[in-house]
Amino acid sequence: MTADTTLITTSLDTDRRRTALVQLTVAAIAITLTLVAASVLAPIADITDLSARRQPPSWQHPFGTDRLGRDMLARTVVGLRLSLGIGALAALISAAIALVIGSVAGVVGRWVDAAVSWLVDLFLSLPHLVLLILIAVAVGRGIRGVLIAVALTHWPTLTRVLRAEARRVTASEYVTVARRLGRSETSIATGHLSRHLGPHLMVGTILLFPHAILHEAALSFLGLGLPPHAPAIGILLADAMRELSAGSWWLALLPGLALLLVVKAVDAIGQQIRALTDPWSVHA
Amino acid sequence: MLNRRVARFIGVRSARLVLLLAGVAVGAFLLLEASPLDPVDAYVGAEIARVGPEQRAMIAERWGFDDPAPVKFARWIGNVAQGDLGTSSIFNAPVTEVISTRFRTSLTLLAAAWVLSGIIGFTFGVIAAMRRDRLADKVIRWLAYTFASAPTFWVGLLMLALFAVQLGWAPVCCATPIGVDPATATLGQRLAHLALPAITLSLIGIAPIALHTREQVIDVLASDHVTFARAQGEKGWPLIRHRVLRNAAVPAFTLQFASLSELLGGSILAEQVFNYPGLGRATVEAGLRGDLPLLLGIALFAALFVYIGNLLGDIIATRIDPRISLLDRKVGS
Amino acid sequence: MSLLNVSNLSVTFVQYARGLRRQSLEVVTGLDLSVDSGELVAVVGASGSGKSLLAHSLLGLLPANARESGDLSFDGQPLTPARRRQLRGHEISLIPQTVASLDPMATVGAQVRRAAQVAQHVDPAEAATQALAERHLDPDVEARYPHELSGGMARRVITAIALIGRPRLILADEPTPGLHPSIVTEALQTLRKLADEGSAVVLITHDLTGALTVADRVAVFYAGTTVELAPTSAFTGDGSKLLHPYSRALWRALPGNGFEALPGAQPSPLDLPGGCLFADRCPLVIDECTVSRPAAVSVGDTTARCIRINDRQAIEC
Repeated sequence: MTADTTLITTSLDTDRRRTALVQLTVAAIAITLTLVAASVLAPIADITDLSARRQPPSWQHPFGTDRLGRDMLARTVVGLRLSLGIGALAALISAAIALVIGSVAGVVGRWVDAAVSWLVDLFLSLPHLVLLILIAVAVGRGIRGVLIAVALTHWPTLTRVLRAEARRVTASEYVTVARRLGRSETSIATGHLSRHLGPHLMVGTILLFPHAILHEAALSFLGLGLPPHAPAIGILLADAMRELSAGSWWLALLPGLALLLVVKAVDAIGQQIRALTDPWSVHA
Repeated sequence: MLNRRVARFIGVRSARLVLLLAGVAVGAFLLLEASPLDPVDAYVGAEIARVGPEQRAMIAERWGFDDPAPVKFARWIGNVAQGDLGTSSIFNAPVTEVISTRFRTSLTLLAAAWVLSGIIGFTFGVIAAMRRDRLADKVIRWLAYTFASAPTFWVGLLMLALFAVQLGWAPVCCATPIGVDPATATLGQRLAHLALPAITLSLIGIAPIALHTREQVIDVLASDHVTFARAQGEKGWPLIRHRVLRNAAVPAFTLQFASLSELLGGSILAEQVFNYPGLGRATVEAGLRGDLPLLLGIALFAALFVYIGNLLGDIIATRIDPRISLLDRKVGS
Repeated sequence: MSLLNVSNLSVTFVQYARGLRRQSLEVVTGLDLSVDSGELVAVVGASGSGKSLLAHSLLGLLPANARESGDLSFDGQPLTPARRRQLRGHEISLIPQTVASLDPMATVGAQVRRAAQVAQHVDPAEAATQALAERHLDPDVEARYPHELSGGMARRVITAIALIGRPRLILADEPTPGLHPSIVTEALQTLRKLADEGSAVVLITHDLTGALTVADRVAVFYAGTTVELAPTSAFTGDGSKLLHPYSRALWRALPGNGFEALPGAQPSPLDLPGGCLFADRCPLVIDECTVSRPAAVSVGDTTARCIRINDRQAIEC
């Protein structure tokens, strides 16, 4: 191997491995804390208190209260839990679709591959949000609508990656050798494919997760997502928009900020896992 | 000889476009057919309480709402082919008219945001790559990743809250002042109303463009021709200007045109926050109130818009990179 | 005092493996070299032995994750990183390996003119046309793009650019990779002429035969270290004038000399042995060889890193 052509340029002064593990742990802790807080605070999220309406942040109500006197911290963490749950579920469904379609396209090849490519292009020919709205409207909104819409919008890009990888494995030499040695098609498939597709699938799914969360929030904000009584962040922000002229800035700033932090945490987990399993992706 | 290749290029691209639009048409139509929306409701709109069952049956029969799906699709496609996309139940006007009016309003917003995000994104990307791993790079990357993780509409809300409500520097809503006939609004007034939505929309685009440009410039800086240039004594800004910019420009332009898709999507959110009466708001209204013809029309229009965007990107790439010829088989496949 | 003096140059790279664990690649461990004006010294070694890094090191172009040590001097003064930045393109110049060293998006003319500008020529356009003419290229080449040139023409353009600053030291990095024999000869003869005209030339190559046709001295490179620095005249007969077993094996492996290949392979830079790097393949190895890296020993005009040089038996082998 010629060292001059296989270099990764990195900043030598930080120990990449330690940074990665620290970031991972911090992010994981943050998300766990959020989920715990949601379980603890869920009961008070719906309690209205008309004597404490539209209160700015205080010790009693760290995130303030909304126009019905409901505690915003409780509503926010419950909303975050909703977002995390729906985002995760949608990402998993997307990943499952991508795995099946991508492997079939990569392994079977020829016209199946071409058909899948065209289908992927079709889904990618529309802006994400337009497709989301179409599907949400079609399926009838609510949680089911959001789940299906988000899941169906995210499978194309991951499919491309998995299909390319599957193609590479099928065409590669060890598969030809395995065939010659008489191993059956299925055992070749499961063995080699899972070994190669596994890391891509895991990283791809985790990286899908933040997009899924943001898209659910967008749909809910527009009124096409979760039902209005659920404290989804998108809905909280839609309410906040109506309250802006009343000067209740905390209703807009804090839930959105919380969502941003959660999305960043999930993204950080994905990036660090990718760096740990595939050091070639580390560009620093 | 050249003309034949040009003709073939145009032919291939047009055929692909038609195939794509057909796919979108079928897909969207099937989706909405399967939806629980009742087209009679959408048609009747606000008068819904006053319409009895016999009238509903008459409406359904008159418009063919109860016909089998293939028949409806054939009718709709037939109309589309003649340029008739149906009538919007919300706006009570032909869909084509609604789309063209609303798009004209969105166009200024989209164009402003597009140009802003391109210029700012590219500049920051180059700076980040030039100052790689130093403070400027770290700050730019942190900002980019943060904006990429932030919900667009939240950023818009914050800008609205701060600059419009709190500070009063910009108007609170719409494309023109309230109470003023839009046709008589001055350029200054339009720009004032355009500012916040355009900035919000551009913020989404800046992050991926900056990050991608940074990657591209870093790749170019590691290339053989830059190593040779440095061996000749080239360094600093002249190195970037003479040996890197044009090489990084091609993928930058391609990305810029590809970002039109996300831009259109983002405009839906930006217009919602700022109550900007463009195509984005119309899409949301159509979705909320079940205006199927308008939704279908917008779906087709969006696909067309994205396709043309990518096509323009390919064409521009050939202008900049002397190695690519548009007429070669490989381009845009 | 030679124009260029390299003593015990070492280059190590830090890389990341699975799990982001750091690992070191010791690619160059002990490179010695001296070149004088009017001299052409060839650095010969197998592909992957790290010899290209010599050129990048001298020009200060090693990547950020490289760690370097050793003594480098140019024209009697130490070659500090700052000095390298100053001298490159002006007194020290590179003729790179690959034709991809030309910017695919600029015309030949634009690139040569820019090089002339950087080399501070008063009239870059004139200097450019002249530089191309010296390489037997017509002015109409200036309007073409690199991908429109033939391999040989591209090589000549690269040489023109490298020489436009009238350098005193020329580093030619593998200038003949897989090229047509007539182009190879032309390239090598060009380098010889440059040396004859007073420049110092370092030719980095894996082609021993070609190198011997134009070099004054040859440095034999193995696994990141110069095992021998000998005059061309030592490469003759059965190779017994060469001191190091690897040099002899290399000479004897040539088609005209018996074509005896040496079994085994170079050690990986990830995991170098503590002793002599050639120990596992050497026909003369003894236990003492594996203890520590041999120092350079001179016999006459030749220097080699082997503890068995003065062994009578070894020379008779």
